[in-house]
Amino acid sequence: MQLPELTLPDDPKLAENITHFARALRRAGLPVGTHHTLDAIRAVEAVGFTDKTDFYWTLHACFVSRPDHAQVFTQLFRMFWRDPKQIEDLMAIMLPAMSRLAQSRPPDPGDTRASAALTDGAEPPDAPEDESSEETEIEIDASRTMSAEERLRSLDFEQMTVEEAAAARRMLARLTLPVAPLRTRRAKPSPQGARIDTARTLRNAVRNGGEMRKLSYSVPRLRWPALVTICDISGSMSQYSRMVLHFLHAVANEKGAGWAKVHGFTFGTRLTNITRHFLQRDVDAALAAAGSEAQDWEGGTRLGDCLHTFNRDWSRRVMGQGAVVLLITDGLDRGDPDVLAAEMKRLHLSARRVIWLNPLLRWDGFAPKARGIAAMLPHVDSLRAGHSIKSLEDLAMALSDRDDRGEKDRLHRALSD
Amino acid sequence: MHTPKTIDDIQTMLSGQNYVAGRALSTVVFLSLTLGKPLFLEGEPGTGKTEIAKAIAAALGRRLIRLQCYEGLDVSSAVYEWNFPAQMVAIRTAEAAGATDRKALQTELFSPEFLTERPLLQAMRPDPAGAPVLLIDELDRSDEPFEAFLLEALSDFQVTIPELGTIKAPAPPIVIVTSNRTREVHDALKRRCLYHWVEYPDFAREMEILSARAPDASAALSREIVAFVQKLRSEDLFKKPGVAETIDWARCLLALDVISLSPQTIAETLGAVLKYQDDIARLEGGETKRLLDEARASLTS
Repeated sequence: MQLPELTLPDDPKLAENITHFARALRRAGLPVGTHHTLDAIRAVEAVGFTDKTDFYWTLHACFVSRPDHAQVFTQLFRMFWRDPKQIEDLMAIMLPAMSRLAQSRPPDPGDTRASAALTDGAEPPDAPEDESSEETEIEIDASRTMSAEERLRSLDFEQMTVEEAAAARRMLARLTLPVAPLRTRRAKPSPQGARIDTARTLRNAVRNGGEMRKLSYSVPRLRWPALVTICDISGSMSQYSRMVLHFLHAVANEKGAGWAKVHGFTFGTRLTNITRHFLQRDVDAALAAAGSEAQDWEGGTRLGDCLHTFNRDWSRRVMGQGAVVLLITDGLDRGDPDVLAAEMKRLHLSARRVIWLNPLLRWDGFAPKARGIAAMLPHVDSLRAGHSIKSLEDLAMALSDRDDRGEKDRLHRALSD
Repeated sequence: MHTPKTIDDIQTMLSGQNYVAGRALSTVVFLSLTLGKPLFLEGEPGTGKTEIAKAIAAALGRRLIRLQCYEGLDVSSAVYEWNFPAQMVAIRTAEAAGATDRKALQTELFSPEFLTERPLLQAMRPDPAGAPVLLIDELDRSDEPFEAFLLEALSDFQVTIPELGTIKAPAPPIVIVTSNRTREVHDALKRRCLYHWVEYPDFAREMEILSARAPDASAALSREIVAFVQKLRSEDLFKKPGVAETIDWARCLLALDVISLSPQTIAETLGAVLKYQDDIARLEGGETKRLLDEARASLTS
């Protein structure tokens, strides 16, 4: 290719700037390697450096490999190529500029990551959500006898400061929820199998003119159960539900984690299906979308009615094939306990297992005085606390052990007293 | 036709094939042709990912080889297979003729004559018209082992057949990989490709596409159709209609001699645009009329 515009890409400055840009992208969390940088330089060479749009799309083709990276890329492109010569100055002044930006408008999900990347990981200060964070900071220092991470694991979600909550969310994003596959009675062909698949062997022989060349083997087909989560987002639960939704997003997006499908429902005064929003890779965008769909954040709870809606509209669609139900609620229901008991029974009958996560369990003296709790208790397989990272980690145990009952028995005794 | 020299060349080349491409798509196509890298196109169904491969092949006068992926796709249906029945016939004939030269028989049996070539191998073969266009369609449907195999094939453009040796493409084929993103394709494969997310077109571009693909539709009807479909895409639907649906719908309406949209005609032909009962149920009642009114309002403004 002999193009007159070729003089510019030979200029080491441009190649250098593309390299800088690639590094900024990498800091913003895009999987960018040296390979990409080389490609980008070569591509710019091929296209020529004439038009900003062409330049944008050329770099886009080389650096972006997922649609959700496009937003971060665009933000960073805008910031970076505004004045590439003064990029060092830009980085130096970016921090105050970004914090002003954050206050003037709600940041896009890609925005914060882009600016954090340009300022070399120095994150812009959190929005002043919590005035009391200053005082609690002192408290942290005093109690730092365990490692910070250890302490965070057992800390109640509701008692976390803004920074701690952010750190906890990062920990939750790494958390997994392994599940054992179910063996089915069907078989699938596999060269490693122990059972001879006679039908398949003969079919192959027929294709080869009756000549049996090799035996076909099969193994039992494995199947993974689906996870259905029904999450209370009423006022008393909001802090816990946000954390649990973060956790569920991580579980839903984990590759090869096992779960056939992770369905998400939220309820307060009404039931909302937020399954589709889990598919967004960016957790902030996913929860924002789910939040705008569920209109009843922090309202009251109508547990019985919502479970009725679930049983009527969704149960048959999502509960087939032995789904595991994770019910996240404090059980403080204002409705009729008989309705609740009937709906819980219905739910229990159609699920493989019903696990109830109740953050109120963190209080050692917690007894099921509320009638809703008494109505629900007989119809769950396991009852566990869901108030800290540690308790969510323990959840994996409840799932792998078929006989796990959690705190159910203790509460049963308290109930009969 | 020789390789285009600029992005503008690509745009004229594609529009010559009735394919209306945006600047972004033209840029990646240009880069893919110039740098010889595979092109990885992802996007919602019906946004013209498969069509672009056909358009490029037709414009460059190359052969189009299509590999449709599906779950369980294996090497014997993607690369090559020995034609076993034919080999058996050859053996039986040799037996009947009393041939005893085992060595000669073996070389004969594993010669290209008995090799059934599948798309990937076909694409490696020299072609007088130039390297063919290899379309690997809906890669997300194949399973991961095949993806790993493709990784090797796409980086070296060569295939090894134990009995025959390595077959290397004289000139690398133009590879276009498409995916509907029902699952995430492995990064290692993406890294070897130029990535592009194919968006739904905006109003002006969709009008161009419609006038290229359904030229019989009157301008007024086309504008209404496109405005309505664009309006539909902004609604919260389970499956948003693609460009393919727009074209289909326009053809349906033409077949019914519709001159102008009305809630009645929309309700009757909605099956051409929306393919899910949930979505169709959503548009029942006054919803269609509201959308149509809004679409008309956006046209006049």
